[in-house]
Amino acid sequence: MLLIHCPYCGPRDETEFSYGGEADIARPLEPEALSDAEWADYVFMRTNTKGRFREQWVHSHGCGRWFTLVRNTVTHERGETGVFGGVVPEADG
Amino acid sequence: MSGPQFRLPAHVPMGGRIDRETPLAFTFNGESFNGYAGDTLASALLAYGSFPLARSFKYHRPRGIYGAGAEEPNALVQLESGGRAQPNLRATQIELYGGLTATSVNAWPSVDFDLMRINDWLSPLFPAGFYYKTFMGGGLGAGRWWRLFEPFIRRAAGFGRAPTAPDPDRYERMNAHCDVLVVGGGPAGLSAALAAANRGCRVILADEQAEPGGDLLAGDRSIDDAPAMGWAAAALARLGAAPDVRVLDRTTVAGLYDDNFATAVESVGDRFGPGAPNHLPRLRLWRIRARQIVLATGAHERPYAFANNDTPGVMLGNALRHYAGRYAVVPGRQVLLGTNNDSAYRTARLLAQAGVGVTLADARETPPAALADAARNAGAAVEAGCAIAAVVGDRRVRGASIGRILPDGEISGAPRLVETDLIGISGGWNPALHLASHRGAKPAWQEEQACFAPGDLTPLGVRTAGAVTGVGSLADCLEQGYAAGRDAARAAGHTKRTRKPALKTGDETATAPIHPLWAVTSRRPGSRRNKSFVDLQNDVTVKDVALAARENYRSVEHLKRYTTLGMGTDQGKTANVTGLALMGMATGRTPEAVGTTTFRPPYTPIPFGALAGRDRGDLFDPVRETPMFDWHAANGAVFEDVGQWKRPYAYRRDGESLKAAIDREVRAVRNEAGVMDASTLGKIDLKGPDVATLLNRVYTNDWETLKVGRARYGLMCHEDGMIFDDGVTARLGDDHYVMTTTTGNAATVLNWLEMWLQTEWPDLQVFATSVTEAYATATVAGADGRKLVSGLESDIDWSDDAFPHMAVRTGTVLGVPARVFRVSFSGEASYEINVPAHYGLALWQALIDGGATPYGTEAMHVLRAEKGFIIVGQETDGTVTPHDLGMGWAVSKRKDFIGKRSYGRPDTARADRKHLVGLLPLDSKTVLPEGGQIVSDPAQEPPMTMLGHVTSSYNSPSLNGGFALALLKNGRNRMGDTVHILRLDEGADPARVVAPTFYDKDGGRMRG
Repeated sequence: MLLIHCPYCGPRDETEFSYGGEADIARPLEPEALSDAEWADYVFMRTNTKGRFREQWVHSHGCGRWFTLVRNTVTHERGETGVFGGVVPEADG
Repeated sequence: MSGPQFRLPAHVPMGGRIDRETPLAFTFNGESFNGYAGDTLASALLAYGSFPLARSFKYHRPRGIYGAGAEEPNALVQLESGGRAQPNLRATQIELYGGLTATSVNAWPSVDFDLMRINDWLSPLFPAGFYYKTFMGGGLGAGRWWRLFEPFIRRAAGFGRAPTAPDPDRYERMNAHCDVLVVGGGPAGLSAALAAANRGCRVILADEQAEPGGDLLAGDRSIDDAPAMGWAAAALARLGAAPDVRVLDRTTVAGLYDDNFATAVESVGDRFGPGAPNHLPRLRLWRIRARQIVLATGAHERPYAFANNDTPGVMLGNALRHYAGRYAVVPGRQVLLGTNNDSAYRTARLLAQAGVGVTLADARETPPAALADAARNAGAAVEAGCAIAAVVGDRRVRGASIGRILPDGEISGAPRLVETDLIGISGGWNPALHLASHRGAKPAWQEEQACFAPGDLTPLGVRTAGAVTGVGSLADCLEQGYAAGRDAARAAGHTKRTRKPALKTGDETATAPIHPLWAVTSRRPGSRRNKSFVDLQNDVTVKDVALAARENYRSVEHLKRYTTLGMGTDQGKTANVTGLALMGMATGRTPEAVGTTTFRPPYTPIPFGALAGRDRGDLFDPVRETPMFDWHAANGAVFEDVGQWKRPYAYRRDGESLKAAIDREVRAVRNEAGVMDASTLGKIDLKGPDVATLLNRVYTNDWETLKVGRARYGLMCHEDGMIFDDGVTARLGDDHYVMTTTTGNAATVLNWLEMWLQTEWPDLQVFATSVTEAYATATVAGADGRKLVSGLESDIDWSDDAFPHMAVRTGTVLGVPARVFRVSFSGEASYEINVPAHYGLALWQALIDGGATPYGTEAMHVLRAEKGFIIVGQETDGTVTPHDLGMGWAVSKRKDFIGKRSYGRPDTARADRKHLVGLLPLDSKTVLPEGGQIVSDPAQEPPMTMLGHVTSSYNSPSLNGGFALALLKNGRNRMGDTVHILRLDEGADPARVVAPTFYDKDGGRMRG
């Protein structure tokens, strides 16, 4: 079980979190301007990265906040975390 | 069974860990035995001799106790009976308690007379891969043979029997955190724990045995010229006195996981058996998060193979040492030890001191002189350059043949017979690297001791110390343990310097290299029943490994699956390395090149009870009850589970059938007034200036136009355009809305909104709060609904003009604040009255007193289906768009929303997708099966052309017959057609395709 560092609450057991898949999949601003293939790429296609991977997690049994995390999908080694739309708060531990 | 004749007399200074003052009586296979406190079931049984107590898995050959710990492949027993029965426990790890009852497994009818022994005599018919070749291969009729023989094979194979009664015991779970977790309480582990504790670390030391000490428990080692167990006792006393040190004995660390998370199983009440004190749980599952871990898990001795090496009385050499030194048991009078390394000399010395005859056959041409001299001085005979070739005897050892061994493992010339009744075999040591393997350490081959040792895990905060690293000497174990404990403490942030203890271990000599030996072969033809076993638990022989090599199952993973080597409850603890080394010899590869299979948790089997803990029965899953639950229960409600909620399905009056109750409830709503408990509906409070924008993006229809005091129905889709929830949202104020969701989807929808608000639209100012449990909801519906609510004490004007359909009003009802939604899921005038949860029952009682008939979820289903109203999850399954349901009216063409672009994709835009339709069975008494497949020609040969399926189907008292909703391919263009719905058994029912609205098609009734 991973020990995940929530940027708002600090290190917590993986069971407190839910997984949100690949990060940085921005919703197209003008969907109607996209071809079917471009839209399908946004809706269905993910990179399935082997190695360092930026992904989204939510501290669902904690503060309820979403954040991003870099995780190596082979080794589980963790990299930097990031927050959405705001300033990174001081983590408490 | 004669008496415990193999227990050493009390005057022999061995057996320091049993308490002869506390005898314990127990029963094995119906016979009575006696042992002592401190015994294991195995040691107590061995005091009576090494008799057969098990039958082997495949050939049903008699087997005896083989090891002294977790590595035991043979001595599996069924412990106790009834709900407390535990199958396949290792007798070597069961602490003896008074009144213990155990039986053999895998023996039919008994261990002494086993009918399945015929498999042994027929064994040329059962080579490795037999089942696969015979039953699973491509041969003609292979599958038919398997079906014929499977029940027989399943019965003949397998070990113990799972208990059939509920387990009466309690299990519990504990969470713990520490700086340093030390696994293993032998000399290395104790040393590591001391080093970490001295630096002020929070330490947990877990040891699987009844008392820590590990190898020292045999009692023949010394530290600082005193018995080593004295040092161990002092170490434990110091650990006990240290703050923040927890010593968990009888605790097996079963698995290591990411970020140094460990699971461990502690035997608490289990060791007392059925008579355990009530307050104790049977087992306790520890979940430990450690900053640093020291693995001092020791090593398992491995055998080398020779003919009939499975005969009861052939045991691991070091196990003999432990039984003698720890339990004062030597189950023989004339011991033959076969070895290729130094460690057996300690066994030889101890056994000779115990007064039995000892012959030591060392495969090395020149054993270390000091060791050989010491053994001879103790009275043992040493035969250099010799190995054991075969065992004489069937049900127990009656002799053995030994001979000079050639480098390739073959016996040179004719072996000679030696007299023996107990054989100890010592072919080297396999470090117990299982836990390191769980963390991904790649085993590294060590030439010197011919073993796999764990690779470096220091970057992950895991260190190894002692025999698990492949070292043999006590001094090395103490030294490594200290260093690992010190380094772990430093890495955990405890940098205080302490003085390293200088310890003298007098009984050490330099360790000489091992002479790798895996299997002894002889050119002389033996009996057909001569078998050399590599894996005793799975009956895998040396020949099976060779066969796998010949048939090109050369990868270690293929070897395992083809021969079953290393499977079973012991996971090949004594067999794996020997098996892969033999595969290497057969294919010209080194053991390192062959490699190992991956060890996975658990290290030893864990009872399901320990994993379940208290999450069973009533505590398995939370049950959610509404504030009106007690009233429902007292008034004939039959409940159904909706998510975790208990919802009334229908209310049965005395003597009333369920169907009659449902019909009555439906009629009451259609003709008078009914009331339903709708408290379980998900309710999300939405506040902020941007709520309307959010709603516009997540719902398919328009929300900018919704005025305060009005409510609107919406469909929520994923980006693929498929419906995933629906519900009504009302606007209570300029910046205040309340959204309702389906009962089962409340949390999902809130998470969905939060995800979009946080990750995609952080600029939107909206707070979303779950208020599901803050309100109790009573839905009043029916022809007389308005009359009924008008009778309530309230400041709300209930008239149709003041409070029309799809309006929302706040005010007081019965003197408490209330929100009332005039929305209808039944097709009748309907008022959803929400009051603070604690007033729910009072409101409910007032409505009942006012004359409302309570109705349950099934009546609600009938009512809404008559109107063609969908239920998400019933009419939808994640592949259904609003257009498929004929709800294009709820899809905006002007604005963007989640999923909209997908409606332009060719597949979603097809005109002939499955559409929601109504079905009327031609025979009106028929109620079509929900889920029933729809076909146009029921006489078609399978595979039939399937057109869709029935999504909802009921009997309607209003229509006086059955009706259904269905998803039907191109359904809107099939109106009036006759289709056929397959029954679940056989046959089909014809039905006419109609529009999916059966009642009050223009909706006049719900508008009042």
